[in-house]
Amino acid sequence: MPGFDFSNYNRNAALHAQGVPLPKATSTGTTIVGCMFDGGVVIAADTRATSGPIVADKNCEKLHYIAPQIWCAGAGTAADTEFTTAIISSNLELHALSTGRKPRVVTCMTMLKQHLFRYQGHIGAYLVVAGVDPTGVGLYTVHAHGSTDKLPYVTMGSGSLAAMAIFETQWKQKMTREEAIKLASDAIQAGIFNDLGSGSNVDVCVITEEKASLMRNYIRPNQREVKQKDYKFKRGTTAVLNEKVITREEISKYVTVHELSSDDDVVVVEKMDIDA
Amino acid sequence: MASLLSSNPTLASNPSYSFSQAPQNAAAGNREHAFYPYTDNGGSTLGITGNDFAILAGDTRSTSGYSINTRYSPKVFRIGGDDETGEGAHIILSVVGYAADGTALKERLNAIVKMYKYQHGKRMSVKACAQRLATILYGKRFFPYYVTAILGGLDEDGKGALYSYDPVGSYEREQCRAAGAAASLIMPFLDNQVNFKNQYSPGSGVGHDLEARQVTPLPFHEVEQLVRDAFTSATERHIEVGDGLQMLVITKDGIEEKYFPLKRD
Repeated sequence: MPGFDFSNYNRNAALHAQGVPLPKATSTGTTIVGCMFDGGVVIAADTRATSGPIVADKNCEKLHYIAPQIWCAGAGTAADTEFTTAIISSNLELHALSTGRKPRVVTCMTMLKQHLFRYQGHIGAYLVVAGVDPTGVGLYTVHAHGSTDKLPYVTMGSGSLAAMAIFETQWKQKMTREEAIKLASDAIQAGIFNDLGSGSNVDVCVITEEKASLMRNYIRPNQREVKQKDYKFKRGTTAVLNEKVITREEISKYVTVHELSSDDDVVVVEKMDIDA
Repeated sequence: MASLLSSNPTLASNPSYSFSQAPQNAAAGNREHAFYPYTDNGGSTLGITGNDFAILAGDTRSTSGYSINTRYSPKVFRIGGDDETGEGAHIILSVVGYAADGTALKERLNAIVKMYKYQHGKRMSVKACAQRLATILYGKRFFPYYVTAILGGLDEDGKGALYSYDPVGSYEREQCRAAGAAASLIMPFLDNQVNFKNQYSPGSGVGHDLEARQVTPLPFHEVEQLVRDAFTSATERHIEVGDGLQMLVITKDGIEEKYFPLKRD
């Protein structure tokens, strides 16, 4: 059967009634914005993900790919924004293939709102959809309950008021690409510094008729300073209570062992950000 | 409108609904109003002692919910000073939790320590002040000051003294203590770096015979480094910590104040 699995619903509801708390979903506290300009649209987001008052991810990606010329900024429950945009991206590609036309931003927005309305707000995805299609430039907001807005500049998430304050004081008609990028990133920075749910870096995506370009970490105003002290422990500081050696011969019974000659044989797929 | 939002009628009216807390409709016309006397203003504090000094530190951010009230609201204070600048004080206090109660508590303790000097013609000892603070807190046992306090100073032998409290006055003299929003992030770091918990002397034995690393009081510059690293790290991972780090260091020469900026996001 397609869709969600509700088989644990009754057990979890009974547990909850007895005082067992709900599992805490990672929420992208978030400031996200979108702004139209002459010849295209720009969307931007901060990069902080939170779980209650704890920062879960200092540099997460809130700008989601939908189609080559349609991108989406997501606030709310991290998993919901991730999966909702992925599902609509998939369906929109199939739709584009079967119609033989480029996907439209309105189509994307309509599919999102219909999907979200069906789940009555339980899918906590709050989105800013932007793109350029054969009908022109499109910019929308989609709320978790399914309502939508079509505006020249939009903000969403916990930092939406801070960001909107920037738009309402600085926005003007027919901006250039550079002016729109500056305005959108200033709006995100207002969220980063004045809203505790938002923080770290600014991600920007600019979409024009020619192409869409994602500028990951366009501004990084929150680099951590070097630590005062070095926390390298002397070798042997950790107690070893037990030791067991597994030989290659033994482990070869269960897995295939490959010999690696040097470090450059190891392919690093993605490097992880860690503090010094 | 209220009836639309308050419950799910299909669940509430279902006789087979077995949970003890089945959603119920509030009686029409009667709405409960409540007074919430407390708010949480976030932030964190930290105290560490050495042989001849005590440090109290706190971030300077004050929050409510996702908003920043101010980026500079001190949580560490001088107690028993001659005037409002705190000049001449010999005790330091940090309070974190509900800022209004923190201010009230600080003012009260400050007045008491001053009155002690006027009435007895000598300075109140840190030990006596610590006991007095516990009685103040317990005096409001059923309407507490919603704060976690840490008191610092030098004891009768000139050694660094630190007392930590819960909101209703349970207290203890300690080497180090973290309190507030990021206490659960900072305290394990302090256990490891100040009291050397989970650290062993390399080569001192095998398995369970390995000897724990000897605990020795840390020199001042090392403690200051630990405090700064604790706060920059807490700022990274806790949304309510940041903006600035304020430190009060008490030695035989008096109280020195230090300030370091923290990240503002």
